Amino acid sequence: MATATVPQVEREDYLNKEYGIASWLLTTDHKRIALLYLISITFFFFIGGFFALLIRLELLTPGGDLVQADTYNKLFTMHGQVMVFFFLIPSIPAVLGNFLIPLMVGAKDLAFPRINLLSWYLYIIAGIMMMHCMLTGGVDTGWTFYTPFSTAFSNTKVIEAGLAIFVSGFSSILTGLNFVVTIHRMRAPGLTWSRLPLFVWAHYATSIIQILGTPVIAITLVLVVAERALHLGIFDPKLGGDPLLFQHLFWFYSHPAVYIMILPSMGVVTEIIPCFSRKRVFGYMFVALSSIAIAVFGFLVWAHHMFVAGISVYAALVFSILSYAVAVPSAVKVFNWTATLYKGSIHYDAPMLYAFGFVGLFTMGGLTGLFLAALGIDVHVTDTYFVIAHFHYIMVGGALMGYLGGMHYWWPKISGKLYPEGWARLAALIVFIGFNLTFFPQFVLGYLGMPRRYYQYPPEYQVLNVLSTAGATVLAVGYLLPMIYFLWSMRYGKPAPDNPWRAAGLEWTVQSPPTTFNFPEQPVVTWEAYNYDEIDRGYQEEAQVVR
Amino acid sequence: MSDSQAVVPTSSHDDIHSPALRHHFATEEQQRDSSSLGMWIFLATEVMFFGGLFCAYLIYRHWYFGDFGAASKSINALLGGVNTAVLICSSLTVVLAIWAAQTARRGIMLAMLALTMLFGLTFLGIKGVEYKDKFEEHHVPGATFSFEKVPIPSHPDQYANPQHAQIFFALYFIMTGLHALHMVVGLGIFSWLFWAAWKGRFTPDYHTPLEIGGLYWHFVDIVWIYLFPLLYLIDRHP
Repeated sequence: MATATVPQVEREDYLNKEYGIASWLLTTDHKRIALLYLISITFFFFIGGFFALLIRLELLTPGGDLVQADTYNKLFTMHGQVMVFFFLIPSIPAVLGNFLIPLMVGAKDLAFPRINLLSWYLYIIAGIMMMHCMLTGGVDTGWTFYTPFSTAFSNTKVIEAGLAIFVSGFSSILTGLNFVVTIHRMRAPGLTWSRLPLFVWAHYATSIIQILGTPVIAITLVLVVAERALHLGIFDPKLGGDPLLFQHLFWFYSHPAVYIMILPSMGVVTEIIPCFSRKRVFGYMFVALSSIAIAVFGFLVWAHHMFVAGISVYAALVFSILSYAVAVPSAVKVFNWTATLYKGSIHYDAPMLYAFGFVGLFTMGGLTGLFLAALGIDVHVTDTYFVIAHFHYIMVGGALMGYLGGMHYWWPKISGKLYPEGWARLAALIVFIGFNLTFFPQFVLGYLGMPRRYYQYPPEYQVLNVLSTAGATVLAVGYLLPMIYFLWSMRYGKPAPDNPWRAAGLEWTVQSPPTTFNFPEQPVVTWEAYNYDEIDRGYQEEAQVVR
Repeated sequence: MSDSQAVVPTSSHDDIHSPALRHHFATEEQQRDSSSLGMWIFLATEVMFFGGLFCAYLIYRHWYFGDFGAASKSINALLGGVNTAVLICSSLTVVLAIWAAQTARRGIMLAMLALTMLFGLTFLGIKGVEYKDKFEEHHVPGATFSFEKVPIPSHPDQYANPQHAQIFFALYFIMTGLHALHMVVGLGIFSWLFWAAWKGRFTPDYHTPLEIGGLYWHFVDIVWIYLFPLLYLIDRHP
């Protein structure tokens, strides 16, 4: 695929092969399922974002004047549940991973195409349950469902929300299962583990967490639902149960779940940075194995959410040390991205701007995580806005930046159209500024002592809260822009060449958008990953021949 | 597991291959390996699923050992023991069904699949009797629960704490209930396998669904092998 010319006659691709609702709702094509996911998670992103805006509006003033305290509790609960379970966890894996993994490994589809479709339907069923729950009263337990409040005291729809998340978990498990089997069994000849794109490695690590972690939250929610319905006593101290057991089981999944959100994003960034600095990624194997290390260590740190919950000081000590240990593979990634940039020929296209944003914000989120892993500081800032700011730097500054960067990077492949580059760069800038304006003041607020989950606050916190709300407004503009110009580009965008970025990777060797079965013939891989030196030499020689 | 079922390929294939080979796999071996790996991974998720319950069980058993012993003693261990035997027999018939498929013995394969389902139904029937007993003794957690003045096996002068016994019964019903649910799903899978075997889908060259379904069945059996001693045999020594 040397030329970048766009043919005049319309080629058949996965988008125009068939039309009609049934050809979408009954498809087993991983690319179409990815688009189904894209539409559904975008919907939930805006629902969750709507709750976030209401939260920020309430916090504009010290008094509780926009909503009642009960409503506020429901707002932050449903913001968290929708964003975590219905947007962030499926976001990159179910959209970009679904679309790209078969292309990247040189396969016609995922190993189990029908299970892939099933996982989307489970997601949709869960989403309908969640919507029904929200429209008929909602939940107020916080996204964490802490017992015994959730099982004995809350008067809201805990059971319904729990079941919705239970079902969505199976969607996540099936996606992870499909990825692991595909990566193990469907790789093209020559595509060894050391030649795999690091995006695929990151998804492999993510899938391990989805497979081993999600069933634990599923059974935990079963216990919560049973306890609430029948008052069994399993989590109720009044009946001899142990509420801390709930926290252990909950965080055993929900801490690794953070890595379900961030690892795919790291994978995206690891694709973007070599491409836009025209260099082989620095320390390939370290980056690959750091993903696995994050997945493994991620399972061993859960109790750092419980330092003030009354666990033994020795347990706290061990979990504190292990939490520090996760910082090592995460730092390996940051250093290797930086080293990849070093002496690279850097291009500031929109995906790269998002990748830069990711590295900066993730570093801040990660380093403040170390504050929280320290037992002494954690006591001071537990349940304050410091924690809120920290995990939003990871989940929004990290995961979401990576998602947007990936959407821009692969949009030409997905849609066959180019997005408007100028607008995209502007949007990346707006998101970065809006994000920092929203969440940086929250670090300060938390350190000064503003607790999370309160709808009122003392007047001296107002200035920082106003800054934060202003930032949220800017951020909302930054998120709306890409949606508008992506939709615009589907109709009016310039047709995309097969490889607009001169990028490495099998997904760029096929036409944009790809055909239903991806590859006209079985590809054979004879080159190392990220061979940008060879690619650029090829383009130079070609240019000389033309001259 | 049903993913290896034959479908009409939507693309044009020049090469001739088995109708059971789906379009996106290059070879039958690749397809078989994928299906098998998929089921093993699924079983790993199941281990974690039940693992959460086992974790809760172990903690409360450690805390409330005497109460758990008293509650455990009220369950009919003989019925549980018979059920254990029934399930082990069903695992044998599953293996024999696969062997029959490999050696093209259609009659034996069908008979073994039918026997497996029969054993599964027997298990559920006996389980139903156990549940009925518990219901009549008011040992089902909830408003009608009662466990008054039941001595602790190792300390007959003390009575078990009803609340702690209720936690045992809650775990008993959730664990055995989830296990029974898995049995019901297994019966569904085996009904489909029986139908497919009846239609002549399985040959010595292609019987992946049997192997995959068998893996699932064995796993559900193994869960029971753990559940039986943990729930029925606490502090039983004379």
